[in-house]
Amino acid sequence: MIPEEIINQFPILKRKINGQPLAYLDNASTTQKPKSVIRTLKNYYETSNANIHRGIHTLSEESTSAYEKTRETAAKFINANSEKEIIFTRNTTEAINLIAYTWGETNIKENDEIIVSELEHHSNLIPWQQLAKRKKAQIKAVPVKKDYTLDMEAYKKLLSEKTRIVAVSAMSNVLGTIPPIKEIITLAHNKNALVLIDGAQSAGHGPTNVQYLDADFFTFSSHKMLGPTGIGVLFAKESILKKIPPFLFGGEMAENVDQYNAGFTDIPWKFEAGTPNIADTIAFNEALEFLSKIGLENIEKHDRKLIYHAKEKFSKHENVKLYIPENLHETGPVLSFTIEGIHPHDIATVFDDEGVAIRSGHHCAQPLMKKLGIQATARMSFYLYNTIKDIEQAEKALQKTLKLFK
Amino acid sequence: MDLYPEIILDHFKNPRNKGIIKNPTKTAEKENTLCGDKIRIDLLLDKNKKVRKIRFSGEGCAISQASASMLTEKLHGKPLSQIKKIPPKEIYKMLGIEISPARSKCALLSLETVKKAVNGRRHNQ
Repeated sequence: MIPEEIINQFPILKRKINGQPLAYLDNASTTQKPKSVIRTLKNYYETSNANIHRGIHTLSEESTSAYEKTRETAAKFINANSEKEIIFTRNTTEAINLIAYTWGETNIKENDEIIVSELEHHSNLIPWQQLAKRKKAQIKAVPVKKDYTLDMEAYKKLLSEKTRIVAVSAMSNVLGTIPPIKEIITLAHNKNALVLIDGAQSAGHGPTNVQYLDADFFTFSSHKMLGPTGIGVLFAKESILKKIPPFLFGGEMAENVDQYNAGFTDIPWKFEAGTPNIADTIAFNEALEFLSKIGLENIEKHDRKLIYHAKEKFSKHENVKLYIPENLHETGPVLSFTIEGIHPHDIATVFDDEGVAIRSGHHCAQPLMKKLGIQATARMSFYLYNTIKDIEQAEKALQKTLKLFK
Repeated sequence: MDLYPEIILDHFKNPRNKGIIKNPTKTAEKENTLCGDKIRIDLLLDKNKKVRKIRFSGEGCAISQASASMLTEKLHGKPLSQIKKIPPKEIYKMLGIEISPARSKCALLSLETVKKAVNGRRHNQ
């Protein structure tokens, strides 16, 4: 398990909610921040705040170098070949939109096919739907099987000479499912299709190696891995980035501008128009280093212990249905459940009364909800600072819910 | 204060006026897409445009279902003109618990559905 001194680094966990100690189990939505991240934000504004790039004065140089440091750290974190392959966005959603608008606009033609999966969060679906509508292209979805894993046989059949890109999540935010990403990428490349991996759920929960995976695009969000909100990362292979046009236009991304024309800077800056989110990017570096210090393999092990325990505890209760793959090596620390006759919102309300923060609703995955034949689920999702005690507190809340609405 | 007072639990577990009316004078359906709550309200009016019979159907959380059940009891015999003017705060008063902003849509769904029915055209016309 993760040592207590690490858990003590998260000040918010000392809070009480409705008189109970906070058991924060909504980590798939966003994670809590350690002291080092919060301190870095404060220090930056107190000591180094200045706009980055092209500034000659000391503060600007300090800010620029700290901002670019995060790019290096992020590149190492996912084993990118070079920091030029790292573009900062607002979040995963913007990173995916960036590819749909730049690469998509220039590469997708009528009757081309875009493959997604039924697991996808709206952020890895709607940008592709809209691109397909603009280009008269087709969306194909890899089905989710009854055991909550992806139907790889169906995927192989969907792949064709028409497939241009495959966009899939490396971990479902509803079912926790971890699809066989390496295999998905190899199969797509055999058909000359590119692959975008939505790593929003996976990046903070296990090691990522984009070179080993041979991913063309990989996207993730700082706030789901101990960093501040407002920072997303797009990894894209340098060879691809060089060939695609900018996303947004304006300051920071142009050079040799006259009244009628402009040239653009090199990658990655050509994709970062305007003053970026400097402070949060700098603080994100602390989050990445915090995670690396613990070790992503250790976090993965910790997650697995928690999900195993939660599954065992929650599956004992009658009328509670769990939505999770049988093999826990195919799932992340996410446990969706429903209770017969009780709406997930009511479940979440009772849990909150017991100090347990969980999410209820469609989790921005409405096509998946339709596939499962439900409107919503209640969802617990764990992270490195969660403990067996949190799960016991959740089980107590579950018992209270069952009793209240009996 | 209780998280769910007995009266809400009672209406949720034993809903009043649940069902449909075969030939309603007015009917409407509304969905809260955020949580998937669904409510349908059927009204049968007498010649003075007062509610002679009211039924609700649908599914959702305890707040939305209890709110619908309690509202149907309250509206029995009421004239349409009065129903049109019911403000949201009357629903909160009726429920008797503090409704968080996130749950206000659940609480008000039945009132909005009734108003939609009242303002809508006659059924089957």
